Amino acid sequence: MLRQEFTIKSNDFFAAGEASARIKKSLQQIGIATDIIRRISVAVYEAEMNIVIHAYSGVITLDLESNKAKIVVKDKGPGIEDIDMAMKEGFSTASEEARRQGFGAGMGLPNINRAADSFEIESIVGKGTTLKLEFVL
Amino acid sequence: MSPKNEMYTISKKLYGVEKVILRDIIEAIDGKLISGEEFLDKEIEVICGADLMSDVLACHIKPKTLLVTSLINAQVMRTADIVDLEAIIFVRGKKPADLVIEMAKDLEIPLIRTDYTMYKSCGILYQLGLQGCN
Repeated sequence: MLRQEFTIKSNDFFAAGEASARIKKSLQQIGIATDIIRRISVAVYEAEMNIVIHAYSGVITLDLESNKAKIVVKDKGPGIEDIDMAMKEGFSTASEEARRQGFGAGMGLPNINRAADSFEIESIVGKGTTLKLEFVL
Repeated sequence: MSPKNEMYTISKKLYGVEKVILRDIIEAIDGKLISGEEFLDKEIEVICGADLMSDVLACHIKPKTLLVTSLINAQVMRTADIVDLEAIIFVRGKKPADLVIEMAKDLEIPLIRTDYTMYKSCGILYQLGLQGCN
């Protein structure tokens, strides 16, 4: 139905969030329900910040089907050593700069997990991390 | 205004007789409008106080929510856009860079600043009868 792809750069704290804002706008134009747009935007924004904070580069892909929105967030980066720890609220390995931006308090992945209807995470240390999210429309 | 009159105003607002608009809020916190003069009559119902944007994103933000924060960078505006915040107050006299103010204008989100601290600002807004986000 609709496919959008965004490339995210590491460490660009000003541009961070642009992709999420654009995804939100296109979902609004299509006429998706406000509360679903909110959950998708929050999840994508946290995922986008994760790339900016932790990875070297990444790609966010949105696939809109008739009854669901699928989002894949794939980054090239250091990967996550302990996914169970990363899923806990309050656990973070983020930099001081990330904290100055209002992030890096160990809430990214938990917030994404809470917002999405389905959440899968795969990470290879030294290679990168992939998130697969689904939202029922 | 005498304390008695002030209490009356507050209780009126608590009982939903009177709505709180941005203009009232600026007066109450002795604030200055940075941008968004055309939005002074916007109604505000909910206050969110946070410096951690992940906390704002974790909240279930209702319509007509105003954010009180001491963060002044671009990510505050991105967060405001994502969760549809109505207005933002920067505490402790902080003023964002022009680029951030431009973002706010594009998003039609009025910006206010106050010399009061986060605690004092939120305390005053609570007294106005405004609820918190959860």
